[in-house]
Amino acid sequence: MNNTFQLDGEEIPFTPGQTIMQAATAHGSYIPHLCWHPDFSVHGSCKLCTVKVNGRFGSSCTMEAQPGMEVENRTAELDDKRRTLLQMLFVEGNHFCPSCEKSGDCKLQATAYELKMMSPHFDMFYPDRPVDASHPDILLDFNRCIMCGLCVAASREADGKNIFAMGGRGLLGRRVHVSSESGKLADTDFAATDRAASICPVGVILSKRRGFVVPIGRRTYDLAPISAQVTEKAP
Amino acid sequence: MTFELETAIAPEKLRRVAIDPVSRVEGHGKVTILLDDDNKVHQVRLHIVEFRGFEKFIQGRPYWEVPVMVQRLCGICPVSHHLAASKAMDMMLGVKELTPTAEKIRRLMHYGQILQSHALHFFHLSSPDLLFGFGSNVAARNIVGVVAAHPEIAKKGVLLRKYGQEVIRMTAGKRVHGTGSIPGGVNKSLSDGERADLLKDIYQMVAWSRDAVGMIRQLFEQNLAEYNDFGRFRSSGMCLVRADGAMDLYHGGLRARDTDGNTLFDHFNYGRYWEVIAEDVKPWSYMKFPFFKSLGPDDGSYRVGPLTRVTQCDSIPTPLADKEREEFMAFDGGSVTGATLGYHWARMIEMLHAAESIKDLLHDDDILGHDLMATGQRQQRGVGVIEAPRGTLIHHYRVDENDLVIRANLIVSTTHNNQAMNTAVREVAKKYLNGREITEGLLNHIEVAIRAFDPCLSCATHALGQMPLEVAIVGADGRVLDEATRDHRGLTRESS
Ligand code: SF4
Ligand code: FES
Repeated sequence: MNNTFQLDGEEIPFTPGQTIMQAATAHGSYIPHLCWHPDFSVHGSCKLCTVKVNGRFGSSCTMEAQPGMEVENRTAELDDKRRTLLQMLFVEGNHFCPSCEKSGDCKLQATAYELKMMSPHFDMFYPDRPVDASHPDILLDFNRCIMCGLCVAASREADGKNIFAMGGRGLLGRRVHVSSESGKLADTDFAATDRAASICPVGVILSKRRGFVVPIGRRTYDLAPISAQVTEKAP
Repeated sequence: MTFELETAIAPEKLRRVAIDPVSRVEGHGKVTILLDDDNKVHQVRLHIVEFRGFEKFIQGRPYWEVPVMVQRLCGICPVSHHLAASKAMDMMLGVKELTPTAEKIRRLMHYGQILQSHALHFFHLSSPDLLFGFGSNVAARNIVGVVAAHPEIAKKGVLLRKYGQEVIRMTAGKRVHGTGSIPGGVNKSLSDGERADLLKDIYQMVAWSRDAVGMIRQLFEQNLAEYNDFGRFRSSGMCLVRADGAMDLYHGGLRARDTDGNTLFDHFNYGRYWEVIAEDVKPWSYMKFPFFKSLGPDDGSYRVGPLTRVTQCDSIPTPLADKEREEFMAFDGGSVTGATLGYHWARMIEMLHAAESIKDLLHDDDILGHDLMATGQRQQRGVGVIEAPRGTLIHHYRVDENDLVIRANLIVSTTHNNQAMNTAVREVAKKYLNGREITEGLLNHIEVAIRAFDPCLSCATHALGQMPLEVAIVGADGRVLDEATRDHRGLTRESS
């Protein structure tokens, strides 16, 4: 059997060792995801990439592609579950899109549009999360953290620094923390040029003093929906 | 200004009707009227529940978010907050002058806002009262009634508003809650195509705005005595003016005159507004009462908005509007310049000025430029003042060394006009309601007076033309004689 599998009836080629996500992405097919990034090791936490492989649920970012697999992806059933996951992410944080400068460039927002999420559905948690503005060039607004772990991975794997770590207890306490004695970003050797400074899919890690410079209509997801912008070299 | 009727002489004998801010939607208006034994109006108060929580909400947020965030304050004129906050942050960044493109794009956005807001205020919200009569049949006294009886007028109103919204969309990125203005400049200019699109209709908009001035003038001619007298009172006033004394709705120095027209301050640097204005607190209202410091809290209240701007400026820098200003000032020996309903006339003159200004800007190549941002020497504080459709709007922020807002103070036009609206409502109540049973028509007279200043108190458009109002008449024995509420369900009454 040759090295292909079926994704919603479409034939996707793969090289042995590739995950379903990697192969689909290389082929330009969109599987919704938030914590996966082509450049970093797999975190497998958001579960948005859940697909059905030969009738069974699995995470496409962790599951290796096998010849002849029948993979369901954008079915009503799966998108419905993904929508619920998104709604839970929205209510667990403080996501106030209208005044967030990441609006239009945010993967969480773009994915919510893609999956036609019309309301948060659940009651908002309004967790009490801090803003860390101590660093001269970078602002951290933890209100928006979705705990994808990408900053942790980027800092460790690309920058060799270990600036961020997952921590805290419980649903409301758990979020990314800064690994310094004071817990402040200013007390680390973080730099605005670090890969981790530009990795956050939502609006937590932001360059200071340059909000809203791109006008509405020219932002990433104004141009095309997220499903039409599948590239192996995500930013 | 007199404060007669604001406070009853022996209020212990009268039952006070308390308002509970929690049960009220933001900006809910409530009028209470207390009567004595002879059924004479004894006390009239307009209570406005102002949403001050916003100033807290902004604390701890990065400054560059503020111009976008504050737009949530108002459904009718978000652009005014967007621009006032941007101007404050310009100052905080030490930007003394914007690039020509940025300045003109912001002005274009502002004039678009004036046009759409004034059109909404006049045609959608106020023209039903003026065309059909203040106490006319409530079923027809709305924009739908205007569409049926005067389709041409209604159409112009709708299209003027739409045009203003298009100007906003092209400069801010969206019709409501755009992002165009940012600290230090703007994030976009106009493309050739956008300019051509706007140029197509602008001459029509200028002509229609001129017609609108003619229409309110005619209404005054037909009802001169009633219009001139309606809620009339003498007041000080404040507005921005340009360095040469001309009207400037986007930028300038503060000019204030007292009730006799004497100058209190002129070309005053708004960056130090607190040297001339203070805010008084009254036990019965959640909204503050600003006053001129030089006159003190008892005599220092003032009004802001179109009437003040048109009567206090030395000229209007566009020819058609300036001609209308001259005629307005001279009309009936100048009597209208002090009339509460003169606000509508002045408002239409400003709408014409906005349309003419848009036309001029569309012919200026700077609006196509690409030099959008300016920089300066960072400060800790910024004040931005703009003439919003309803009046002077002050935004004041302190920003810490980490770029977070640590303090915010906003004085919106409704607050400036708080005392003036109270006085106007009192005058109207004295004249029309005195001792009579409340009908929807009489109640609407109060609303007409408030609406001359403010289309809807809340900065919230969800109750378009259906301002929630309550009136309670309480006898000297504390008995509620009559009570009426007007909200989205219409008039509900409970008489004892
Ligand atoms: S800060 Fe951003 S990148 Fe890091 S875990 Fe949170 S959402 Fe992910
Ligand atoms: S993308 Fe696979 S679990 Fe998040």
